[in-house]
Amino acid sequence: MDIFGTALPALLEAFALIFTFEQIGWLIVGVLLGLSVGVFPGLGGIAGLSLVLPFIYGMEPVSGLAMMVGLVAVIPTSDTFASVLMGIPGSSASQATVLDGFPLAKKGQAARALAAAFTSSLFGGLFGAVVLTFFVIIARPIVLAFGLPELLMLTLLGFSMVGVLAGSSLLKGIIATCVGVLVGTIGEAPAQGSSRLDFGNWYLMDGFQLVIIGLGIFAIPEIISLLRQDRAISKDAKLGAGWIDGMKDWWRNRWLSIRCSTIGVIVGVIPGLGGSVVDWIAYGHTMQTAKDKSQFGKGDIRGVVGPESSNNAKEGGGLVPTLLFGIPGSGSMAVFIGGMILLGYDAGPQMVTNDLPITYTVVWSLALANVFGAGLCLFMSGGIARLTTIRFPLLVPFLFMMITFAAFQSRQTLWDLVALVGIGLLGIFMRRFDWPRPAFLIGFVLASQAEVYTYQAYQIAGSKFRQASEVGFDYIFSPIVITLAVITVVSVWLGARQSKAIRPPETTFKWNKKPAVWFALFITCFLLASFIDALMVDVMIDKVFPATIAGIALFAMALLLIKMNRADATSGIFYDVEVGGEEADAPHGLWKMLSWFLGLLVLTALFGFAIAITLFFIGFLRLQAGASWMRTAILTVCGVGFLIFVAYMLNRDFPPGLLQELVELPWPLRGI
Amino acid sequence: MQKPNFVRRTLLKAIVSAMALGSASVAMAEVNMAGKTVDWVIPFSEGGGSDKWARFYAPLLSEQLPGKPNVVVKNMPGAGSTKGANWFASRAKNDGLTILGTSGSTQFPYLLGDKRVKFDYADWNVVLASATGGVAYLPADLAAKWKQDPKSIMDTNFVFGSQGATRLDLIPLLAWTMLGLKVDPVFGIKGRGDGRLMFERGEANIDYQTSGAFLSKVMPLVKEGKAVPIMTWGALDANGEIVRDPTFPDIPTFKEVYTQVKGEAPSGEAWDAWKAFFVAGFPAQKMVFLPKGTDQEIIDTYSNAFKAVTSQPDFPEKAKKRLGVYEQATGAKADAFKKLGTEVAPNTKAWIKKWLKDRYGVNL
Repeated sequence: MDIFGTALPALLEAFALIFTFEQIGWLIVGVLLGLSVGVFPGLGGIAGLSLVLPFIYGMEPVSGLAMMVGLVAVIPTSDTFASVLMGIPGSSASQATVLDGFPLAKKGQAARALAAAFTSSLFGGLFGAVVLTFFVIIARPIVLAFGLPELLMLTLLGFSMVGVLAGSSLLKGIIATCVGVLVGTIGEAPAQGSSRLDFGNWYLMDGFQLVIIGLGIFAIPEIISLLRQDRAISKDAKLGAGWIDGMKDWWRNRWLSIRCSTIGVIVGVIPGLGGSVVDWIAYGHTMQTAKDKSQFGKGDIRGVVGPESSNNAKEGGGLVPTLLFGIPGSGSMAVFIGGMILLGYDAGPQMVTNDLPITYTVVWSLALANVFGAGLCLFMSGGIARLTTIRFPLLVPFLFMMITFAAFQSRQTLWDLVALVGIGLLGIFMRRFDWPRPAFLIGFVLASQAEVYTYQAYQIAGSKFRQASEVGFDYIFSPIVITLAVITVVSVWLGARQSKAIRPPETTFKWNKKPAVWFALFITCFLLASFIDALMVDVMIDKVFPATIAGIALFAMALLLIKMNRADATSGIFYDVEVGGEEADAPHGLWKMLSWFLGLLVLTALFGFAIAITLFFIGFLRLQAGASWMRTAILTVCGVGFLIFVAYMLNRDFPPGLLQELVELPWPLRGI
Repeated sequence: MQKPNFVRRTLLKAIVSAMALGSASVAMAEVNMAGKTVDWVIPFSEGGGSDKWARFYAPLLSEQLPGKPNVVVKNMPGAGSTKGANWFASRAKNDGLTILGTSGSTQFPYLLGDKRVKFDYADWNVVLASATGGVAYLPADLAAKWKQDPKSIMDTNFVFGSQGATRLDLIPLLAWTMLGLKVDPVFGIKGRGDGRLMFERGEANIDYQTSGAFLSKVMPLVKEGKAVPIMTWGALDANGEIVRDPTFPDIPTFKEVYTQVKGEAPSGEAWDAWKAFFVAGFPAQKMVFLPKGTDQEIIDTYSNAFKAVTSQPDFPEKAKKRLGVYEQATGAKADAFKKLGTEVAPNTKAWIKKWLKDRYGVNL
C-alpha cells in the first residue's frame, strides 16, 4: 500500500512547516487564548475563534492555521478545571468528567483528579494525531460507509449507555432519558418545522441549548448544595493526593485510556454524530469494563481518565469530516472552516489530494497544541486546586457570574437566565430524589439526531425497497449496522446486569414517601403535556417521534407509580437527599439559597446584567459570606472587572433590563 | 494583538484625512465615523454562509467608510433569522452605526407571511445586494441518460436531502416538479453540506448546491466522474430576464431545460411563483440594510463605500474565491434587486402557499 509513499513526504513537509520559531510562537498564542477562553464555561471554541478571526485575514497561512488549531485544541483541556473543581460542565466535551471529577475534588483530591485528566487529555490528543496521520488518507470511503441506518444504530448505542448510567433504578433511568428527549424536541421540529411544546413562546421555539441544560442539570444543584452546607468544596478544606498521583493513576489505567481514545477518534470521525455523546460513551465503557463499580459517581479516578482520554482524541477525529467533507462537527469547527477560507484554503476532498501537507500541518499542530496545553494545565493544577479549600460562600459570586454569563451566550437575553433557573430546579429535584441526571442529558443530546435519522433512514429505505427488495435489505442490514446492533445488545445486557451490582444496599431507613411521589407526579404531568401536545401537531412526521417517546415514558411511569404504591417506606425508590443524604443537616434551607439566584434574576430584569452582578457581589459577600467591606470591595472589583474585560475582548454584550429600556447608557451598562 | 491594529488604524486615519482634505467630495466628509464602531448584525450563527459573507466584507467596508470605523460582525441567530431582523426593526438606531445583513432565509419567511416576522423590508434602505447562483447535479449513470433525453428518467424515484420546503430548497423542489421529475424530499438535514453527503453516500440521487459550495465541494466529484451538473437556476440580466449563470456559462438554465423538455417556454402561475422566489433566493440573496428613517447622507455614504469596495481593482479576484463571479449591486441597482426580491404579487404568494400545503402539508 502506498500510504507511506503518500504520507511520509507530506508529513515531512508538514513538520518542516510547523517546527519553526514563528509557527510555534503563533501556536502558543493560540494555546494561551484557548486556555483562557476554555476556563469560562459555555464560551468554548466559537467565541475564541471569533475573537481571532478578524486578525486571521492576511496572515501567513501556516501561522494562521497554527493559531486557530492551538486555540481549538486546548478548549476541551482547560474546561476540565470548571468540571473538576466546581462541578460545572465546562463544555459539552467534559460533562461526564463532572461525575467523578467533582466528587474527587470534594474529597480533597482535586490536584490528583486534574493531573489524571490532563495526562489523559494529552495522551488522547497525541493518540488521535497518530491515528489520523494514516487514517486521513483512507478515511473518505470509510466515512461514506456510514449512512443513515449506521448513524441511527450509533445513536441507539449512545442510548444504551443509559442502562449503565441509570444508577439505582432502571425505570427512573428510562423515564429520565425520555424526559431528556422530550425536552430536546421542544421547538421547531427538524423535519417540517412544526412547533412543539413551545406554547407560542419565541424563546422555546428555538429549543434549549446544551449550555443551559448542562449548567442547569449539573452545576446549579451542586452549587446550591454546597452553599447550603456552608463549607469548602474539599470536605476538610485540605488538599490530599497531589499531581504525581494523578499521573500515576493514568499510567495504571493506560489501557483504558487507549480504548477510550479509540472510541473518541471513531466517534469524532463520523459526521453527524456530534461530539457531545463521546464522553458519555467513554464513561459508559469505563464502567462496563471495571471490576469494582462501587465507587463510580463517588470519586473513581477511572471515571476521569476515560472521558478525558476520549474528548481530546475526538477533536482530532473531528478534523476528518471538517477537512475532507467541509462538514463541521461542531460550532467551533464551522468557524474554523470560515477561518481556513480566510487563509485561502477551502475544506473538501482536495485537502487529502492536493493539500495533504496542510492537512498534516493541522493534525500535528493539534498534537503539539495538546502537549503545550496539557503541560501548562498540569503545571498550574496544583495551584488552582487550592480553590477547593476556600470557604465556598466566597467563591459563589464568581461561580454565579460564570454560569449566568455562560448561559447568556445561548441567546443573549434575560430568558436564558429564566431557563437556567427552571432547568436548575429540575436538576435540584432530580438530584434530591436520586433520578439519574446523566440519563436525562444523554436523552437531550441525542433527541434531534434520533428523530431525524429514524425518519430519514425510514424514508430512504422505503425508496430503496421500491427499487427492489434486495436493495432495501442491503441498505438496512449492512455489516456495520449488524456489528453495531450486536455491540448495542451486549451493552444493554451488560448494563442490565451491572445496574444490579451498583444498586446501593437496602437500608432500613424509613423514608418519607410523599415528596418522592409528588415529584414523580410532576414528571407525569410534563409527560402528559408532551403527549397531548404531540398529538396536536398537524404534520405526521413531526408528530410520531415525540408521541412515541412520551408514550413509552408514560408506560414506564405507570410502572414506577405502581411500584411506589406497593413499596415499603424503606425502599430506595423513595430516596431523598433532604432526609437521609448529605443535605439532611445542612445549616441553610434550599429556598433561601435559591432566592439569591432568583434575586440576581430580578436585579438583571430591572437594571441589566452588568449592574445586577455588581449588586449581587456586594450583597452576597456582605450578607451571606460575612466578608468585610474591604474584602467585598476587592472581590467585587476583581470579579466584575474581569467579566467586563472578557466581554470586551470577545465583543459580547450584557443582557439589558428595564433600566436600559428607559435610559441610554454607555457600554458595558447598556444592553444589546 | 490590538496594538499593531491600532497603530495601523491611526496611520490610515491620518492618510485618509489628508486625502479627504484634498479630494473634491467635501459633502461626504460631513459624515465622519472616526473612532466609532459599526455593528453589523447577522441574524445567523457563526460559520454559516451569511456570517462568512459579512466577515469577508467587514474589513473592506471599514477601509472605505469615512473615518475608518471599526466594523464588527454581531451574530444574533434565532427563530430562523427572524429574531435578529425583528430586533433590527424595533431597536436599531438610525445613526448609521447599526446595519443588518439578511439572506434568502430571511426573505422567505417574510414573503410567505411567517407569523414570527415583525419587520417590513419596505422600511429599510438597501446599500448592497449580493447575488449567488445554484447548480443541480445527478450521479453519472442518471446524468448519461439525462443527456440523451431528459424524459427518459422522469419515472426514476429521486431522493433529495432537504432542509425544508419553505427554505431555499423551495426553488429546486418547484423547478423539478414543474419539469415532471418525481422527487421525494427527505427533510430534516441541517445544511446543504449534509445533502451533498447523502448524495455521496448514494442515499440521495439528486442534489443542488449554491455556487460557492458547488465550486469547492462538488467540482472534485465532477472531476472524478461521480457527479454531473445538469442545470443552474440562472442569473438576472439588467432587464430582469433570466440568463445563463456567469460562473457556469456552459451549463443550461432551468428555463432552457424546461423549454427543451416541454417544447415551450415556461409560463403561468407556477412559473411566476418560481421566478419570484428564485429572485429572492439567489440574485437578491444577501443584502445590507440601514434602518428606517436613516438620513439620506448616511445612506449615500454607505452606498459609496460599498461601491468603492467592489470597484477596487483586486476585488474581483478576492471575491471570486469567496463569493463567486456574481453581481455585487450597489445604489439604484441594489434598490432594483431589493424590489424584485422582497415584493411579490399577492396572488403569487397565495399560489405558492397553496402549493406548499397541498404537496408537503405545510401550514403557514
